[in-house]
Amino acid sequence: MLLREVQKILDAEVLVGAEKLDMEVHTAFGADLMSDVLAFADSGCLLLTGLTNPQVIRTADVLDIAAIILVRGKKPPPETLRAAADKNIPVLSTKYILFESAGRLYEKGIVGSAQKVDGPRVRL
Amino acid sequence: MKRGLSAPLRKWMAHVSVCEKCSYENSFPIDGGNYDNAGQVSGKIKTILKDMGIGNNVVRMVAVITYESEINIVSYARQGMIRLHVLPEHIEIEAVDEGPGISDIHLAMQQGWSTATDKIREMGFGAGMGLNNIRNFSDIFHISSDVGSGTRLKMIIHIQQEQNC
Amino acid sequence: MNLETIVQALQLDVKSGRDKLGVEVRGGYVGDLLSDVMANGREGDLWITRQIHQNIVAVASLKDLAGIILVRGAEPAADTLEKAVRENIPLLTSNLPAFVMAGRIYQMICPRNA
Repeated sequence: MLLREVQKILDAEVLVGAEKLDMEVHTAFGADLMSDVLAFADSGCLLLTGLTNPQVIRTADVLDIAAIILVRGKKPPPETLRAAADKNIPVLSTKYILFESAGRLYEKGIVGSAQKVDGPRVRL
Repeated sequence: MKRGLSAPLRKWMAHVSVCEKCSYENSFPIDGGNYDNAGQVSGKIKTILKDMGIGNNVVRMVAVITYESEINIVSYARQGMIRLHVLPEHIEIEAVDEGPGISDIHLAMQQGWSTATDKIREMGFGAGMGLNNIRNFSDIFHISSDVGSGTRLKMIIHIQQEQNC
Repeated sequence: MNLETIVQALQLDVKSGRDKLGVEVRGGYVGDLLSDVMANGREGDLWITRQIHQNIVAVASLKDLAGIILVRGAEPAADTLEKAVRENIPLLTSNLPAFVMAGRIYQMICPRNA
């Protein structure tokens, strides 16, 4: 699915990255705990979150996440938008809550992002 | 999966082959309490590794490890630093801080245990997952701490052959 | 739709509140920040989260949520489970990630002819 279609399904406003709406996305991850995102999200997924601070962008950058969807009509502070523009990561804002956003995208074929992490390996 | 060496890595590997002691090493200072900059050091490290042509998986693991370490230093310590040492077959990362230290490491490693403030939690951290993430993304993980003095993490990540060649 | 139907359909593990599975699920809420759920969760919402801190039970109780689902293999902390048992709040667990859990439950409780 194109990011443009995600935008339509969620009736979302594009805050950063209007020129990247033709990118393909297939998977999504929903969370407010950035450590959860870091542990499990795949690169190339959509990140749905209620957080709006710049750490969301830094987390997305660490994992090469495709785009960020801010839920429940959240508008991020300017430093978040600057960081997103800097890192070239699209940010969209939807009025739907995370539950409904996930429901609408899942219904249209977006699947869960599923990075597998093995348990502890060798420890000294 | 990355196939073939990138130009910077070829150059670097050629350099290494004539001088086995050569490797990339750098230290990055981190200020405690400076939430605005949290993540910048790990961002730099990620760029360095990518430019060296290190495989995506390894870059991702190092990025997660250094980012969580950086968040820990910013959140709990007065100051600290992350040292990156890239060798031909593995990457060493040390995260050292001057701060309160951890009195019970076993407890601190428990999933969900945290002493985070509301401010840290609002940023999406402090859910007692960070140290576990660091351990799980490392091939070798070591933690030591002195109460009232600071905490030291040492991580080693192997660079798999197929990701380089 | 009652909680029991969702528990059966999605094969959720019931950790506590088994006798309250007849409760009506009116909606869903995904969130990991207690303050967010305190502010925006609604009565009858089924709460999907990775947060395992014991305060999730207090939030569910105060907001009259239908129950809590801990996703992606998260296990409740010992004091969280104790509290959920004591307050008789349905605490459920699953290996599904939050996005998929929300997607599946949304399809069950908000069917639309899209």
